[in-house]
Parts: sequence; structure tokens; C-alpha cells
Amino acid sequence: MNRLTSTHIVYLVALLTVVAGTVLVGSTGRNFFSAGNISDILTGTSILGFIAIGQTLVILVGSLDLSVPYVISLSSLIGAGIMADQAGNILPAVLAALLVSALIGLANGAVVAGLKVHGFIATLGMGLIVSGYLGSTYQGSSGQAPLAFRLIGATGLGPVPVSTLIMLACAAVVLVMLNTTRLGHAMYAVGGDASVARMSGIRTTTPVIAAHVLCSVLAGLAGLLLAARLGVGSPTIGSQGGYALLSIAAVVLGGTLLAGGKGSLVGTLGGVLIFAMLDNIMSVLQINPFLKDVVRGIVIVVAVAVYARRRTVHRQARFGRTSTPPPGPGDARSGDDDGRSGRDAGTRDGVTA
Amino acid sequence: MDIDVSTGRPSAPILRVAGLSKSFFGVPVLQDAALELFPGEVHGLVGENGAGKSTLMKILAGVYERDAGTIEIDGRPVSFTHPVQARRAGLSTVFQEFNLLPERSVAQNIFLGREPRRGLLVNRREMNDATAELLAELGITDIRPTATLASLSVAQQQIVEIAKAVSYDARIISMDEPTAALAGAEVELLYGIIDRLKERGTSILYVSHRLREIFDLCDTVTVLKDGRVVASAPAREFDDASLVRAMVGRPISAYFPDPSPGTAAGIPLLELSGCGNHQLDGVGLTLRAGEIVGVAGLQGSGRTELVEAVFGAAPFTRGSMTLGGRAYNPGSPRDAIRHRVALITEDRKAQGLSLNQSIIDNALSVVRSVHPGRTGAARRDAPNVFSSLEVVARDLDQEVQYLSGGNQQKVVLAKWLAIDPQVVLLDEPTRGIDVGAKVAVYTLMRRLAQEGKAILMVSSELPEVLGMSDRVLVMRDGRLAGELPAGATEEQVLQLATGARGVHS
Repeated sequence: MNRLTSTHIVYLVALLTVVAGTVLVGSTGRNFFSAGNISDILTGTSILGFIAIGQTLVILVGSLDLSVPYVISLSSLIGAGIMADQAGNILPAVLAALLVSALIGLANGAVVAGLKVHGFIATLGMGLIVSGYLGSTYQGSSGQAPLAFRLIGATGLGPVPVSTLIMLACAAVVLVMLNTTRLGHAMYAVGGDASVARMSGIRTTTPVIAAHVLCSVLAGLAGLLLAARLGVGSPTIGSQGGYALLSIAAVVLGGTLLAGGKGSLVGTLGGVLIFAMLDNIMSVLQINPFLKDVVRGIVIVVAVAVYARRRTVHRQARFGRTSTPPPGPGDARSGDDDGRSGRDAGTRDGVTA
Repeated sequence: MDIDVSTGRPSAPILRVAGLSKSFFGVPVLQDAALELFPGEVHGLVGENGAGKSTLMKILAGVYERDAGTIEIDGRPVSFTHPVQARRAGLSTVFQEFNLLPERSVAQNIFLGREPRRGLLVNRREMNDATAELLAELGITDIRPTATLASLSVAQQQIVEIAKAVSYDARIISMDEPTAALAGAEVELLYGIIDRLKERGTSILYVSHRLREIFDLCDTVTVLKDGRVVASAPAREFDDASLVRAMVGRPISAYFPDPSPGTAAGIPLLELSGCGNHQLDGVGLTLRAGEIVGVAGLQGSGRTELVEAVFGAAPFTRGSMTLGGRAYNPGSPRDAIRHRVALITEDRKAQGLSLNQSIIDNALSVVRSVHPGRTGAARRDAPNVFSSLEVVARDLDQEVQYLSGGNQQKVVLAKWLAIDPQVVLLDEPTRGIDVGAKVAVYTLMRRLAQEGKAILMVSSELPEVLGMSDRVLVMRDGRLAGELPAGATEEQVLQLATGARGVHS
């Protein structure tokens, strides 16, 4: 019995979304597969993609990161601020933004791994701290990205935006790290069962800290890309996007266990793609933005319900719905196999694998 | 191995423990313990829960630090503060709780934290090949290195755990109740592995509550009681009676108490006819008041499914049940409890108890949720119930996670006594608990039978099934394979359970 993995399901759902998109977008007289539309969808995947990659790591080690929106905003402001419309400042600006992001991630990781504060609380606190700093320091958009930097947000290879390519490159690196390095294996181990990891000689703090640092750096990259798109840094750009919860939703939609220890980055990318396509379809159909959230909400809950159901129904049935004659002759109790009774047959036995 | 075991009496012990002591919060749990383990020897360590076996093993493994005493490996004194250090010195421990990740592959589990690498990257092929080789050395060929651990049976997972211990080039492997979760045929598999390890010259320290295994496997037996070594001698110098006497200081006749006076099988209380669901088929049986009926069978034969169906947890979808002469079709455990049917589940920690709640809250949990009006009365009764069960605890507000296995099981029993059940279903009621607590469970079962309750007991331990039951039902592949009267032999049960040598009728 080769059962579908959750990654398969995600991409099956993504395929269904493509079909639905083709029909629905087609009904408005437009083409879902036009270069412009594909470019729109892929642009939609890039920012959420960065964050969801990082969030996957953090969730895999059994933590969460709610501080990403504020890291995004801070990174966009630091980047655009240092650039100050000078092409020569791009490199130091990018490095500075990523360094600050990494430090925030390091602090998150240290609090989670060292002080044993759950990631939910640790990063909620960090988010508030950064948010307070942003609110008290910046009144509105600030800084200016030079044209050379803005091109990153505006150009692409054919219909594929550069930002999406960068995101996919990051995904590839993280994928290799997760699947084929000791650090990656240790992340799965710590998230799956920290005491098992410890007993196997793994330093259980390292994977947690590494996941948080990587998550923050990826959020910092997302912030820089947003600065490239907007041309300026903004203290609200991260929180406006609702990226913290949306990225967690994409990770879970991708089949990663919220409790950690099980999941795949490929699944997460599928989740991101589904969200981007849904957004695109609903925008083309000019659906009320509040209804968009309703659709997203339903998708997330249905997906997790499907996974939960798959996890509980794992035993194969030995017998069918009716009695079968026992094998071999002369069994002790062949019983009166009348096969069925009026008793709740059919109501409770729906759960056969 | 560089040690010649052909003489049968190797000169130097590979592990020597002397004067080992350990206290927790001023309470001594191990006093002046001594032990010698020779190359290629299987050394049984027995004793009641709380006798200090686990503490001794954990000190050897580097989980606990000793207060006093010496540990020598190959004549060199050692001192471990972390399990990794012990393993580096050649001493691996297979703990009772699996140290494995269910969502990862067999190979990933075995090589966790020390994956073979090529450059920076993990060399997956080398890892899988090494795993296959390791398993093959243990005589195991049906476990794929790439299989997810959760897809394996409990017995296979146990084998992976042992393979992991062996993979550290262990010269000494200590195993804490490795068969606790295994049934008959699976235990044989473990015997085979231990034989292979012995042939390689590996020494094994073997903790088990099952005396049968001690006599089957061990060359030497050391008995711990109240933290002290009370006996240590070649296994052949012991028999069941003398070993139990050394462990508990009481004769074996007390092990399975006789039926209480005045116990008699009365009217049929629970009757099943042609019952089945997706795991069971054609099950028919009658359970009378005052009767203890044992259910034997291999792991996976449907024993647990049978009691779960009667308890409404995974109901029958065919056939009919009556309870006290009336139709009984529980659709949920709540239904069953309302009919005063109790199920003591197999997995006490996952299904029997809320580990981080207090003793009293656990004991009242069923009454509270199903008969809230009786909570007050149950609470008043609780101290009597606990003292009659001889629960050892600081007070009733102590969290059950800090109790020993035996005391935890008594809390589970107290929880069900509170609803005054008429039918008591017990699934592995003495798994992982010490002899003293076992006797308490047996005594309670006798008392319940005397009070006219009907008892159905599932157990993997044949001596227990045969020692306690008025009749024994044997299951195979989801059906009842037959019934045996009291006084049947283990061989008869196994024949029915495995389907060997024709079908009994």
C-alpha cells in the first residue's frame, strides 16, 4: 500500500488550484497562464517563501517565530536608510541589515534554547520589543533604495522575477542543509524528541539557535526585497502583510507538524505556492479582500484536518464489513456468522483505512 | 574479541562494580552494591521495582552520578557524567523507554549525531549500508534501513534500539526490561540477538521482571533488594521459588493468591455472540459473575481490540452483546462506563493516567466526568481505597508522574474501583511493575471476583494467565482460536496461539 505523503497531497492540492485557476480566470476572459499572470503569482511566492522557509526550520526544531514581521520592517529600514540612494552603499547596507536580523535571531534562539522559554513567548516578546523600537524611531517610510537595487524587485528572467529566483536559491541551500548535513538531522532530532537527541550525544541548543538565526536572516532578506520593490523602508511593511501567521499556515499546510520533528521544506514551498495562487485568482476575480481571508482560513483548517485524520487512521482492516468464514477446518468457534446485525453497523465503521 | 571464552571461565571481569551507593534527597536507593561482569556473559539483574536496578543501570550509563563506590572497565576506573562518555568506553544502555525518533528512518536513528560524512554532507548510502550490515550481523534481514521507525512493529523498534546500542562498538550492553513490550514469538527473536552478541564476546547486563527469561538467558544472576545485593550466583543455582524468595522475601505460593473463600462462578454477566469489527471476527464468549477469564495470544492477535470493543473504544460492528441479560451496545467508553464496565488499559502512561495531575485527581477522573454527583462520596472513600491497595506516596496531592510503575497502576485501579464496576477488563495489568505490586493486583482481582464481578484479563505473561484464570481464551488473527480450562499448560496455549499442530477444539 503506497500511501500518499503529505507532500504529495500538497502538490495535488496545488494542481487542483491550478485547474480551478484556469477555469475561474478563464471565465473572466483572461489567461491564467499568461506571462504577466505567472509573474504575478511568482512574485507573490517570493516574500512569503523566504519567511516560510525560515519558519519551517524554526517549527521543525519545535519552536515558532512571531517576530518575523518586525524583523522584515527593521531590515527594510536599515537597508534603505544606509543605501540613501547611493549604489555604492548597497553592499554595506545589505550586510548591516542581515547582521542585525541575525542578531535578533541569535537572541531568540538563546532565549528559547538557553532559558527554555517557548518560542511562542520568546519571539512574541522580541516582536514587541522591535515593534516598540520601530514605532518610537520611525514616523513613516524612510531611506531610499538606489535604482540598481530597485531593479532586483522589478526585473526577471522571462516571467520569473529575480526575487523568486533568490528565494528558490535559498530554499535549495536550506534543503541540502536539512537533508544532508548533521545540523539538519540534528534539527529533526531536537524537534522530534529533545531527550532522544541529547542521549544520542547531540548538543540540543545548537540546532535551535541555528534555526532561529536562519529564520531571522531569511526575514531580513525578505525585508530588503520589499525595500527594493517599494524603493523605501517602512516600519509597517512587515506587520501589514500578516507574514507571521501566514508563514506558519503555509508551513502547516505543507505538512510540517506544528509540534516539530516532522515535515519537509518542499511541502512548505507547495503551501506557499497554493496561497500565492489563491491570492492571484481572487484578485483577478476581484473578490472582496475579507472573503479572501475566509478562503485562506478554510484551506488551512481543512488541510490540517486531513493530515490529522490520516495520522489517526493508520491500521489496516483485517476484516471487511461482514463476517468471513474462518480459515481452516474445524475451528473451535465458527460462530453463527449471520454476518451483520442491525446495531450501529454503518455508522461507526466508516473509519476503515 | 581478544578474550578467550573457550574455557568458560575468563579470568578478568570486563566490568567490576564495588561499593556503589546512591541516595536521592537523603533516601538511600543503592547501598554498597557490587557486581562483576565477564566477557561474553549474560548477567541477570533482578529485584522488585525500587530495589535499585534502574538506579544502578543509570549510574553505569552515566545518567546519574554515584555518591560512593568504584566502577572499573577492563580494570581501569571510570567515571561518567553523560551517556555519550559511557558509550565511548564501550558501555551502551538500552533503556526501557525507546530513545528513538518515530518520524525518522532506521538508519537516521542509529547514526543520529554521528552520521558518516563525505566532506560536509551526510553520506546517506554509507549510512544505509552500515545499518543493513549491522542488522544482518544481528541476524535481522526484514528491517529496511530507510524504513520510517513509526512503520515498524514494537518488536522491530526494540531491535533497532539494540542495534543502535551495538553500533557504538559496545563491549557491554545493559538492557532494562527489553521484553516489556514484546509477546512470545518476539521474545524468541530477542533471544537470538542476545545469542549472537554473546558469540561476539559482548557482555550483557539484563534486567527483567520475567523470571522465565532470566533462566533462559542468564549465566549469572544478581538479586537486589532495597538497594543491596542479597544474592549473586550462577543462574543454575536458583529456581523460580528461590529466586522469588530472594527478591521479595516471601514464598512463591503467595505469588498467585488462591481464590478468595466463597468465590463461585455465578450467572452469565457478559455474553458476546458472533461479534466482529474491522479487527475481530466471529467472537463469542460468556463471562460469568465471580469468574476470572484470561485472554492469551500473540501480539497483534486482537486481544487488546477485544477489550476495546467491549469497552466501546473501538466498537463491534457485527454480532450482539448482552450485559446482565440486556442488550449492550456501547458506542463509546462513556457508554460502557455508564454500564459499569471498566477497562484498565495496556499503556498506563498514555491512556491510564494524566501524569502531571495529582493522585486524587486521577483517581476521581472517571467518577467526576461520568457520575459527577458521586464525586464527593468517592473523594471520602479515596484514602481507604489507597490504603487497601497499599499505594506508597507522599500524599494524595502528589503528581502521579513521580510514582513508581506499581503505584501508578494502583492509582489506575483506584480510578476504576470508584465506579463500582460489574465487569472489569484488564489489559496487561502487571506490565512493568514489581513483584510486590503484581501480588497486590492479583489479590485485588481475587477480591473483585469474590464480590461477584466478572473479570477479563489480557496478558502476554503465560504464567500469569495460567496462574490467575478460571478459564483461558486464546486468540489468533482476530478470532478466538479456542478455550482451555484452568490447569492448562503453556504449551497448549502456545499451540492454539500460533496455530501449530492442527487446530484445537
